[in-house]
Amino acid sequence: MKFGIIVFPGSNCDRDVALVTGGLLQQPTRMIWHQETDIGDVDVIILPGGFSYGDYLRCGAIARFSPIIKSVVEHAKAGKYLLGICNGFQVLTEVGLLPGSLIRNSGLHFICDRVPLKIETSDLLWTKSYSKGEIITLPIAHGEGRYYADSDTLKALEDEGQVAFRYCSSAGEISARANPNGSLNNIAGITNKTGNVLGMMPHPERASDPILGNTDGMRLFEALLNKLAGSVK
Amino acid sequence: MSEKYHSRIYVTLRPSVLDPAGVAVESGLKQLGYPEVEEVRIGKYIEMRLTATDEANAKEKLHQMCDRLLANPVIENYCFELTKLS
Repeated sequence: MKFGIIVFPGSNCDRDVALVTGGLLQQPTRMIWHQETDIGDVDVIILPGGFSYGDYLRCGAIARFSPIIKSVVEHAKAGKYLLGICNGFQVLTEVGLLPGSLIRNSGLHFICDRVPLKIETSDLLWTKSYSKGEIITLPIAHGEGRYYADSDTLKALEDEGQVAFRYCSSAGEISARANPNGSLNNIAGITNKTGNVLGMMPHPERASDPILGNTDGMRLFEALLNKLAGSVK
Repeated sequence: MSEKYHSRIYVTLRPSVLDPAGVAVESGLKQLGYPEVEEVRIGKYIEMRLTATDEANAKEKLHQMCDRLLANPVIENYCFELTKLS
């Protein structure tokens, strides 16, 4: 399976992702500069974290107009897999591939921490290797991670089972206290309706290498690999 | 014929969106001795010059720019003022 990691000016988690997909998982991995347009060779596209275009205007707002985005949208519309992590999630909402928006943390501070997350469903391709209701820990690092959507959109997300991860306490309680950034419904990650596009603020790639002491994130990449291993030539 | 215009664009958070920066500034103003202050909201101000055939054309272009890039309709509203430059 071939991974493609889109690199915008200001991306800074691109190589962390490549260390997981190309290094730990030994899969062909291509860094794709945002000026490129041909990504037909790639099975899974990852939009990494960072500060594309300096987060000018709004996070992800300018990256949306990069030449590569048209191909990324086609990739997603064709049902292929697309993962946006942190700034990548922000870009996906600006592009309109995922609903809602990510805005300034309710506490105003940039948060760099490790937080417990509850797996809301293991029916998704992305969460297959976790069990529903399981609590995992992943790092977060963002100033604009508060998930917001209007009430109709939020209801549709919940009804359709599109919420993948929620911020929770270490005991698994979903509460305002266990919500680091003020996200509505404690949402940390969502998919599109068809489930092939996932956006998440936490960083699974920073919790994949055993030497970092936490491999909770690796299981997301492994699930992807197991699922696709059979279907990709 | 083309005309030059100066535009002032105001992008503000929709009323339903919590503005923690506005709340922080409001609290600062109160501490400075302005208890009369309420509902501080922080937005963005953008100005630009543009060339258009007439005022209607300039407005149409500005609406497009705001809808496509300058504001995110999920969280923001916008309005603008237009002045013809002589």
